[in-house]
Amino acid sequence: MTAISDREQLGYIAAQAADARVNVEIETEGMTLNIGPQHPATHGTLRIVARLDGEQVIAADPIMGYMHRGYEKLAEVRTYPQVTTLINRIDWVGSFANEVPFILAAEKLMDVEAPPRAAWIRTILFEMSRIANISLFLGDMGLQVGAVTPAFFAFRDREHVLNQIEAATGGRFHPNFDRIGGLKDDLPAGWIAETKRAMKKIRSFCDEIEGLLQGNEIFEARCRGIGVIPADVGLSYGLSGANIRASGVNWDTRRDNPCGLVHSELDWKVWTHPDGDSFARFWVRLQEVRESTKMVDQLCDGLPSGPVMAKVPRIIKVPAGEAYVETENPLGVMGYYVVSKGDLTPYRVKIRSASFNNISITPWLLKGVYVPDIVTILGSLYFILGDIDR
Amino acid sequence: MSRLSSTDTPVEGETEVVESDEARKALLAKIQTEFGDAVVGSHLAPGDDLWVRVDRSAWAAAGAYLKTGLGFEYFNFLSAIDWKPSPFGRDMDAQVDLSLGHDEASEIDMAIEQGVAGGDTRFQVFARVNDIVNGRGVTLKADVPDDDLSIDSWVPVYSGANWHERECWEMFGISFEGHPGLRHIYLPAGFEGNPLRKDYPLLARRLKPWPGIVDVEQMPGDDDPADAAETTEEAE
Repeated sequence: MTAISDREQLGYIAAQAADARVNVEIETEGMTLNIGPQHPATHGTLRIVARLDGEQVIAADPIMGYMHRGYEKLAEVRTYPQVTTLINRIDWVGSFANEVPFILAAEKLMDVEAPPRAAWIRTILFEMSRIANISLFLGDMGLQVGAVTPAFFAFRDREHVLNQIEAATGGRFHPNFDRIGGLKDDLPAGWIAETKRAMKKIRSFCDEIEGLLQGNEIFEARCRGIGVIPADVGLSYGLSGANIRASGVNWDTRRDNPCGLVHSELDWKVWTHPDGDSFARFWVRLQEVRESTKMVDQLCDGLPSGPVMAKVPRIIKVPAGEAYVETENPLGVMGYYVVSKGDLTPYRVKIRSASFNNISITPWLLKGVYVPDIVTILGSLYFILGDIDR
Repeated sequence: MSRLSSTDTPVEGETEVVESDEARKALLAKIQTEFGDAVVGSHLAPGDDLWVRVDRSAWAAAGAYLKTGLGFEYFNFLSAIDWKPSPFGRDMDAQVDLSLGHDEASEIDMAIEQGVAGGDTRFQVFARVNDIVNGRGVTLKADVPDDDLSIDSWVPVYSGANWHERECWEMFGISFEGHPGLRHIYLPAGFEGNPLRKDYPLLARRLKPWPGIVDVEQMPGDDDPADAAETTEEAE
């Protein structure tokens, strides 16, 4: 009797397994899986009802509204300066960036221009909000696929940026610092030097994250080729920010449609990635944080002197008209369509938030993926619930 | 289509203003020749923005033409405006909210006054699409008559319109013909009323009236008290 070789043995086992698949009728029953409303991958209370066939998703339906606060209605009974208090809470990890497009829209209607120094400080804080927001993503993305360390690094180093935002504005999360015509205050003494130190720390944080995740076999296996968004589908769903740039679309409002902010005077680059998968979205965001730290450094160096507030009336009445201003916020394009009838309060404010569009692709994108990939895809699309529900 | 190179130089601000003005004029002319009388209004802010108001019947066709014919591939948002002024008053300095059916209601000017690009009806649907290659956006508007609050859906053209139309449907009560599933998106199923209509009361305000503007005293840093006082009077 000849000994059966390893190769033959494996072949035999494979043949047996193939037979078993053919002969035994495996009955699968559809199953509905509720993910959320409370789930670490959802950054708030988003519920996803997924209909499964085995491990595969047949249909996914995101259900939101658990945090709908009706800001569009509330804005109609608040004066323009009061609205910034509300909209601070839309994307609560990069709050300052929320205020900017609304203030710019109001300034456009009033035909007021902020002094150069105010525009520069706005841009600094705008980019710092981006760093505070996306560094959370960089830590969180690892957490979604099982790596806990990046999250701790992210929370440790994000603190440097939040401290600087707090030092300048008085608020870590809800600065409410932007005013029609400029800013509430000038920067405190010594802030510039401290900010540059913080940027250095953020850059080394980016290197750490890159070392931990990029090239990591598990991370790559979980992210590469998962949740691929073709460029034309992304455009038709209105995806923006890193999500669309990761699909190879070279579009950045900061460069293509600068409005009120001073990005056009800086030396920086728009990063894109051709793949459109979860890894590409992670990679583009990582580069964006690096780019932002460079921008903040340049802004700190070139900060012009002068007042931070233009002359505006104490009680602000905005002339009748309609204006739409959008900026490239941490989560994507955020815009405000402001309709004024010449009153103290806006007549209608349509808030175009990035996450609402970004997440509207999920029913299309989650079709056919496996259950563990849902978490990767949601994590890589990166949304903040306040930005969806408003 | 999408640009794949990331080394493009930033657009220069100065020359862009004049250039895009001409470009927007050409764009408007193209839309006008394509749709003729169906373009019922337009507004062009030079170097800034373009509004085009089309007839309700041409709404879906206008979206399709912008996407395939003019390269506006990017769906930005879709929503609606209720042009009928709120019967509750809208100024912050109102000491008490006015209630429906009372005499005070008649004091409010209830005349409908539409915004840019004009309008004939109470409700107006508006949507914005972008041409990301040239960095331009267009806001399309369409009037929706009161007796038939419906308009064609954009979902077959722009997939992203799906959720926006659901939101618009629940907030304004405008239905979208051909939408794959008009369901509530934010509000619980079975919710009655359309909260973003102007005649829908904001209950929080009704229960606890806003105290009005209390913060009018001189603040540190206001160098000219006369100026501040003057503007205060003006506002009242």
